[in-house]
Amino acid sequence: LTKKNKEQKMGNLVEEYFEAHSSSKVLTSDRTLQKLRKRRLDQQTLHDLLKNAPLAYAAEIRDLNQQHESLFSKWMLQLHLGFNIVLYGLGSKRDLLEKFRTSLLQDSVHLVVNGYFPSITVRSILNSITEEVLDHIGTFRSPLDQLEFITKRFKEDSSLELYVLIHNLDSQMLRGERSQQILAQLSSLPSIYLIASIDHINAPLMWDQAKLSLYNWLWYETTTFNPYVEETSYENSLLVQQSGSLALSSLMHVLHSLTLNARGIFRLLAQHQLEKKDNPSYPGLSFQDFYQQCREAFLVNSDLTLRAQLTEFRDHKLIRTKRGADGVEYLLIPVDDSTLTDFLEKEDEDV
Amino acid sequence: QKIQENLNKQLLDNLVSFLSRSHSDFQEKKTEWTCRMKFREIPTAALVLGVNVTDHDLTFRGLSDVLQDNITPYVALLEAKDCPGIKNLMQKLMGQLMKCDIDVDSLEDEDCVQVSQNRIRCSMPSLISWYDSVTKKTDSETPSKKRNSSSRHWQSPPVVVIFRDMESFTTKVLQDFIVISSQHIHELPLVLIFGIATSPMIIHRLLPHSVSSLLCIELFQSLSCKEHLSTIIDKLLLTSRFPFKLGEKVLQVLINIFLYHDFSVQNFIKGFQLCIVEHFYSQPLSVLCCHLADIKKRVYSLSHNQCENIRRLPSFRRYVEKQESGKQIELLTNDSFLKEETEKLLEDLHVYHENYVRILRCLHVFTSSLPKYPLGKQIRELHCACLENRVWETEEYESSLQLARMLNKTDLVTILQQCVEILMSSSGKEFDRAVEKLKEFLTQFQNLEAEASQERDVSVSPQKELQKKTDLYHLQKTLLELKESRRSKKLTKFEMLRFEVVDYIDSLVRRYLVPADQRTLQEIVYFNGAAVLRGHLNAAPRTALHTALNNPHWYLKNQALRCDGGGISNKAPDICIVYKLHLECGRLINLVDWLEAFSTVVMAAEETNADAASSDQVDDVIHARFIRAVSELELLGFIKPSKQKTDHVARLTWGGC
Repeated sequence: LTKKNKEQKMGNLVEEYFEAHSSSKVLTSDRTLQKLRKRRLDQQTLHDLLKNAPLAYAAEIRDLNQQHESLFSKWMLQLHLGFNIVLYGLGSKRDLLEKFRTSLLQDSVHLVVNGYFPSITVRSILNSITEEVLDHIGTFRSPLDQLEFITKRFKEDSSLELYVLIHNLDSQMLRGERSQQILAQLSSLPSIYLIASIDHINAPLMWDQAKLSLYNWLWYETTTFNPYVEETSYENSLLVQQSGSLALSSLMHVLHSLTLNARGIFRLLAQHQLEKKDNPSYPGLSFQDFYQQCREAFLVNSDLTLRAQLTEFRDHKLIRTKRGADGVEYLLIPVDDSTLTDFLEKEDEDV
Repeated sequence: QKIQENLNKQLLDNLVSFLSRSHSDFQEKKTEWTCRMKFREIPTAALVLGVNVTDHDLTFRGLSDVLQDNITPYVALLEAKDCPGIKNLMQKLMGQLMKCDIDVDSLEDEDCVQVSQNRIRCSMPSLISWYDSVTKKTDSETPSKKRNSSSRHWQSPPVVVIFRDMESFTTKVLQDFIVISSQHIHELPLVLIFGIATSPMIIHRLLPHSVSSLLCIELFQSLSCKEHLSTIIDKLLLTSRFPFKLGEKVLQVLINIFLYHDFSVQNFIKGFQLCIVEHFYSQPLSVLCCHLADIKKRVYSLSHNQCENIRRLPSFRRYVEKQESGKQIELLTNDSFLKEETEKLLEDLHVYHENYVRILRCLHVFTSSLPKYPLGKQIRELHCACLENRVWETEEYESSLQLARMLNKTDLVTILQQCVEILMSSSGKEFDRAVEKLKEFLTQFQNLEAEASQERDVSVSPQKELQKKTDLYHLQKTLLELKESRRSKKLTKFEMLRFEVVDYIDSLVRRYLVPADQRTLQEIVYFNGAAVLRGHLNAAPRTALHTALNNPHWYLKNQALRCDGGGISNKAPDICIVYKLHLECGRLINLVDWLEAFSTVVMAAEETNADAASSDQVDDVIHARFIRAVSELELLGFIKPSKQKTDHVARLTWGGC
């Protein structure tokens, strides 16, 4: 009976899934963070705030980590027997690997790869092996050639040993098929010992049979509950102010360094955009109209000066131009409306 | 550790030799075939190898070695990952062929220079010219020179190109290569070998008709991986050569991973290796896991602590409890007495293993011929059943014995003969009696043959009578009589004998196939950490994350975290609270609502601790904590930012996980 119940439950679950994904309409409230009337935190203040907040259950976490640390010597043995070690579980495994490195790998050649670092590539890993470990100066045409060279060197010289520690093997940059293939081949060399950590729930999807056998993993569950400090510092969250998109502060900053007329021009454009904000098909202000308006407000005297001014805006990514279907240039400010409103309010205060 | 490495090496050597042996006949066939060269079309061999891609490495290496030894010095092995384009393919091919050439002939430096030159411009014509030059050299040179080996090959040795994984090549490259090489087949005798993991259909799917008509394909089938597995189990586990043994659960785990996950013999071996490592690492008494000859030395070099370890073994405790009190005290206090006793016990254990394997094989001969295979078809299933518990108490064993009692004579005789052979192969004296007994049975059967024919006559006669009588009443009467007599008829001599044999086998089973769990000191040679093994080989990172997020008290031993399932404890770590809240949502999550829910939960916890000092400050901190938890969830892959609606995130998982 219980089994039947369970089956039914499963069936319901499956149906629910398709129900939820069948319609594109989602029932959530329309509230946005803008309306929350609270300043957005930037990376630095966030960091400071978190530093002050006490970490809960520090003692228990320490116990947990001590348990994992007792496995270190076992890991060494298994690494030497041709296995590679992969750590999974909740919490940052950075400190754990770091501790492993400082306690056991002090005397031996080792390489630490910070996978969460957003600009890391396989090429840079291979380069650091060839340049620093093998002392080889020279470039390679492709990573495959480089890999071949490394393989050859390691096979020739049996005294070479290298420990590679990879934090976050499943990070954005390393999860590609080709990079995993290269790393797998690297790890299959008998004198290269690999310890890696993974965090993403779907990380095992990136390995097929062939790669798995090259990696020769031994799985270790190391749940640490440590916060992912380093790892998430590169993860751009919605809630943190991002440097990529334009923020109010930077907007103000740029405009304060401009001439009065230039500010007026921007203001004009912003006001026009805010007026039309309820119109979803609003393509932006066309250049001709804009020129006309600016002339009327005595902000520019010629076509050329306006163009020069707009180029400067564009360089600071304050505006975006788009060609419409009729070949006319349209101008848009790529900032969301609320920021723009804030901006205008602030401007009014200043004036 | 040294022993363990030895053991490891021994084991691997054994495996490699076995694998190469199993491939050898297959390779023989292949090489023979490559000899028969054809013109016009490119001769092609398609090897159907099965889905366990990881095991093919050895096959191909062996194959190219054999080819190099016997037929042609020019073998190139191409892998899909090296050949994204036709240019890379040609380059790789050239490189390998030239290198092969150098390998085989060990030429001087001038050729090396030539090779490096050639690497730059790799095209078919240059390949052909190279080939011409090489073959010309072969032709012109006298056999007395160092190239005389190639005189064994004929005039123009074929160039063999092996495509390791046919499926992963891009079609374009493959087609181009085939078309190009078919143009030059007269100057350059090429032979292609495809390694196919799925089915030969793939050739036709990958190559259009115009291309595949250029090939002359012959199929070769390799052994299925299941057969490999059973031979490996046969060689590794069911011998007395390796002192190390696997417990039942562990074996089951390994077999399950093999059968349900990957069919990879390599992985099976890896698992086995891991078992060895684990055993020798964790079990302090595993030093005693060695061959019979070494036991004595090692037992006498045991320290006091190790003796204590022996005393602590559960199986040894059971053993002690069965002894009389005087001996008990001796065993528990006197080290040297203990050592003597241990030695004896270990020897017993070895003897037990030898007998076990023999009898297991006998039983297997019996049960594998039965219909429906109540005890399993393969010997590994039988082995598992025997290790699990007393095999004669299981239902399957009962039914198989019943079936065995109905065997006909010829089967029984052959089975008995096989049993005798198995038992004869053992050197120990233990089985002399058993063999004798079985032989006796055999002779009795032979004697029986004569009697049986007589008996048949007897049994025929009433039927004859039956035919004579025609009237109804008599017929009925005789039928009744017949029935009566059949019911009360004594068992024939054959049947008696059959029962006797089966009973005897039964007794053998009962005596020798006692599960290893019940032997004293079994911990030394048996590895039983199935859970550890499964954790390391077949891990489930998702489950680990799920439990850590749902029940943090599983990991963090704190009473405050314990709560009944479903509810959100407000004392849990931030990420757990955020995760629980996110579970309640549908496909999209509004960040503001989420934040508010989070701060409500956390505020409740805060208030229980102490009154908040300044609400604004606390608010900011909570906000920051929320941001951290959300970005952690994003890193873990539970959510991703969504563009569908402002300030929303999309859930990437479904249901509870």
